[in-house]
Amino acid sequence: MLTRVADSIFWMNRYIERMENNARFIDVNLSLSMDLPQGMQEQWEPLVQVTGEYELFEELYGEPNRENVLRFLGSDLKNSNSILSCLYSARENARGVRENLSTELWEHINSSYINIREEFEKGEIFQNAAGFFKKIKTVSQLFIGMVHSTLSKTEGWHFANLGRMMERADNTTRILDLKYFYLLPSSQEVGSPLDLLEWHAILKSASAYEMYRKSYGKIQSREIVEFLILDRYFPRAIRFCLIEAENSIYAITGTANRTYSNTAEKKLGALRSELDYLSVAEIIQFGLHEYIDALQSKLNDISAEIRENFFLQKESPASIEQWRNKEE
Amino acid sequence: MNLGAYKLDGFFDEMYSSQIEARPEYKFYKRNLENLPEGEIQRRKHLVERSLLTMGITFNFYKDEVHSEAIFPFDIVPRIIGSDEWKLLEKGLKQRVFAENLFIQDIYNEKKIIKDKVIPPEVIFSSRAYLPQMEGFTPPKKIWNHINGTDLIRHTDGNYYVLEDNLRCPSGVSYVLENRENMKRTFPEMFEALNVCPVYEYPTRLLDMLHYISHTDSPRIGLLTPGAYNSAYYEHSFLANQMGIDLLVGSDMVADNGAVWIKTTNGYKQVDVLYRRIDDNFLDPLYLNPESLLGVPGLLRVYKNEKISLANAPGTGIADDKVIYAYIPKIIKYYLGEEPLIPNVPTYVCSEQKDLGYVLSNLDTLVVKAANEAGGYGMLVGPHATEKEKLEFKEKIRANPRNYIAQPTMGLSRVPTLSGNELEGRHVDLRPYIVYGKDIYVLPGGLTRVALKKGSLVVNSSQGGGSKDTWVIA
Repeated sequence: MLTRVADSIFWMNRYIERMENNARFIDVNLSLSMDLPQGMQEQWEPLVQVTGEYELFEELYGEPNRENVLRFLGSDLKNSNSILSCLYSARENARGVRENLSTELWEHINSSYINIREEFEKGEIFQNAAGFFKKIKTVSQLFIGMVHSTLSKTEGWHFANLGRMMERADNTTRILDLKYFYLLPSSQEVGSPLDLLEWHAILKSASAYEMYRKSYGKIQSREIVEFLILDRYFPRAIRFCLIEAENSIYAITGTANRTYSNTAEKKLGALRSELDYLSVAEIIQFGLHEYIDALQSKLNDISAEIRENFFLQKESPASIEQWRNKEE
Repeated sequence: MNLGAYKLDGFFDEMYSSQIEARPEYKFYKRNLENLPEGEIQRRKHLVERSLLTMGITFNFYKDEVHSEAIFPFDIVPRIIGSDEWKLLEKGLKQRVFAENLFIQDIYNEKKIIKDKVIPPEVIFSSRAYLPQMEGFTPPKKIWNHINGTDLIRHTDGNYYVLEDNLRCPSGVSYVLENRENMKRTFPEMFEALNVCPVYEYPTRLLDMLHYISHTDSPRIGLLTPGAYNSAYYEHSFLANQMGIDLLVGSDMVADNGAVWIKTTNGYKQVDVLYRRIDDNFLDPLYLNPESLLGVPGLLRVYKNEKISLANAPGTGIADDKVIYAYIPKIIKYYLGEEPLIPNVPTYVCSEQKDLGYVLSNLDTLVVKAANEAGGYGMLVGPHATEKEKLEFKEKIRANPRNYIAQPTMGLSRVPTLSGNELEGRHVDLRPYIVYGKDIYVLPGGLTRVALKKGSLVVNSSQGGGSKDTWVIA
């Protein structure tokens, strides 16, 4: 497949995943803020902090409040990671490669963009935030459903999956990191109702509440960290995402298990392997926030390698002979 | 729906032969329309528009430097053409396209038509579309104009005339195909009763032609597009999809080692045929316009070495130059020994002295066109122009007479068009599409472009035009 097409499919899926995560994320934390005790309410800063865009936010809006944070994370096109920006980018990517998508998929993403943009213009996000975020999640879930049921499970599908899983892994790290940014007044302790409330919100941000409960039962911070990072069955757990990403990248290159044919596979395989044999105790000892930082860094690295190896062409066709032989 | 007395306003109407009577090919349609309950047609119109938006059948344009998208407006009243009439048009179009090809081949090779003094050489070699790089070249299967869009109008005398030829990336066929899908969904009862010639074959015929001109047996074929921000991008994507070929931008390819290669995730793959929707000059920054970011450096060399085929062949534009247009009837006579079956609109060529004199003194009644513009730009509609506009135009003509032709204002025929709750006549033209491969295939019908503004004669999409479905009754 054309490198440009692979690139677009990869990013289209990343953007939709990012959009969904942002929606869920904001939704849950809006809800959380309503349960916070007096004086702790309206902690908008953490929401922006965790996206890594705080500097830009301050430049554009100054002090955070409900309205400007919602606007910044929701519809501001100057924020390339706002919900509307993500949807717009996904749609533009789709438009450039629409002949590689099914008609349903294209029409869905196109009409969703038009509808959501209209809703933003009407101010739906302020008037009915919960309903609005639900719509966004539905856009994504329908999109994923269509990818699974209307695209042949060949190269294009795998690039889509690779993009989505890389994005999802990254998003889960950010969800976990939220805890770091929520300040606990010194009088409160780990294990206090407030602390538990925040962990609750983290589980819900990852849509993990019910599945976690089934596996572990009680809400305990350590177990939550273990679930969200190391579980290999839960679709939003980082380890699960890396396993899926690895499967797809192998499907694309045809590489055998336990080997690698390029640097993207090498780094991805290494990280997946690290998580296979890591215990939560080691993570806690390292420091959760520090470990998450390191994880994000490694994920970024892998993304760069994917780009280098699949979307850029380095060799000139003069070395075509080698490719031609490969084909035969 | 209540159809009151229809106003003909002195124009030839495709549907109505009088204020109340429909032409034979429209009789069934009219009856059906009358039987629709009140408000039904507006409901269907709305459905169609929503569908166009969802499908993304838009064209891009620039408004104050901002990229915008709009649906290509569509009116649901079709233009219906009877079977006998169409058969004549089809013959005439095939004749014209065939002769044009012989002309182009001759110009770049033996130049017999010039030696026989049928056309003055300056007219040809001063054309912006003449490509000296193609001198002495013969494209695969000796075909230059693989895809043609010949614009036809019907005048108040009831006859069809060729308004202009388009041999350089004629666009609009995707609207024909999608409009038809829309109409089938919206008026299924019409299609069940009438025997409308289908249009779905077009992508297949197009693909067949691309195979036919290939230098190799199992060619890899691509469609070269300027990209997603080009006004006709939707069409490029649509056709590539329908034919199952790669949609490519210039930067997807590289010319090296005697061939053109596509960058894929599995290395470089050779491409053998390109349906290119990029102007000649922008195809190759190395051999043509060096400022082009759209083409592939070195493409032309590979083409001349016959390691890649291009549709349409570069240099084909010489036949759709508006001045050459005036000579087409002579061209048909010269190569085929036949009179043109579909006449030209009477045309005055400003590079000829007596014509120039006539044009300058009769600007009030003439439509003057710049030889190489498209989209309705660079044009003066004499009867509607102000004194100032006419004076400015006279200067332009005097400064560069070769660049201008003039034609009497033709009374474009009209088709009833939904305006609010009424049917009102709007001027239309017709662009049939003709594919020249192993055989010459004429798509039944084509794009009927309609000037949506009341009284307007300008049908181009970039200036307020829309389209209608065209039904040829089998």
